Amino acid sequence: MAAADQGLPLTGELPELADVPWRPLADERTLRRADRRWSTWTIAQELPLLATAAGLPLLSPILIPMSLIALAFAWFIPDLWAAKGAEVLRPPPTQADDGGAQVRALGLLGDLVDHEARELLTRTGLVAERGRLGVWLIGGKGAVLVRGHGRRVQCYCVRARGNDLPPADRIAHLLLALRADERGFATVANLSFSGARWRLARKLPEPARAGLRAAAQIARQENRREVSISS
Amino acid sequence: MSRLIRLDQTGHTELARWSPGDPAALAQARAAMDAELARGYFAVAGEGTGGAEQVRELPADAELVILRRPIAGG
Repeated sequence: MAAADQGLPLTGELPELADVPWRPLADERTLRRADRRWSTWTIAQELPLLATAAGLPLLSPILIPMSLIALAFAWFIPDLWAAKGAEVLRPPPTQADDGGAQVRALGLLGDLVDHEARELLTRTGLVAERGRLGVWLIGGKGAVLVRGHGRRVQCYCVRARGNDLPPADRIAHLLLALRADERGFATVANLSFSGARWRLARKLPEPARAGLRAAAQIARQENRREVSISS
Repeated sequence: MSRLIRLDQTGHTELARWSPGDPAALAQARAAMDAELARGYFAVAGEGTGGAEQVRELPADAELVILRRPIAGG
């Protein structure tokens, strides 16, 4: 709330950027760097486990169970990160009796998006939005950015302040902030996972998985369109 | 008719309606928006189903201006 007193820009830039002055403004380059950092970190975690799994049976066949445990850890660690990333698309807790707030919020959110996105919202409870950085899939607790050919995703944990908002209002907050300043939105949000879409999809409930498939399909279409324009 | 809406725990609340040719209604809408900005809300002028612009003053010609709470990384 403090940012409101600090001389907001008249238009454009997201005011919440004042809360994270140490972060560089997100762009294609910083996103790629984040992808590389996550990949490097994952490899650094995996290599010792895989080396252990490969080496122990060579020392003695009796160590094969230990080797299998090391292999299980090698599989389990990236899965844990993916599970953390999947949290952003899980529905936030709702109040049993909200006096129709969610219905009203859904009505407004439906007015903010086009027909295609409204249909996806009805099916999955999520909103897909084309951006310059990629295709965003927005939930109540954050958003997933699907990039390139739809094979790589970044999960961003970000939410509207206050716990009393209905879920659809939470999505509307994020959608409006994203539309006002996409780079600012990606800067303010906390990156909780970067990796393969298939790994994230395994951790999602079916409606969110369908949303992710739809976002990846849009990303592929956009990619094909850009290629055809440039050629 | 343009609308000023606040996203809140009720889903949303309409705070004002105005048309560019009605200075009294426009002034009322501006006062309502200023009061919410002072409470820490941010204003976004909707551009149909595809865009939004962060604003600090009520644009008289905007169809829909939405007041939202700040967002933060979780």
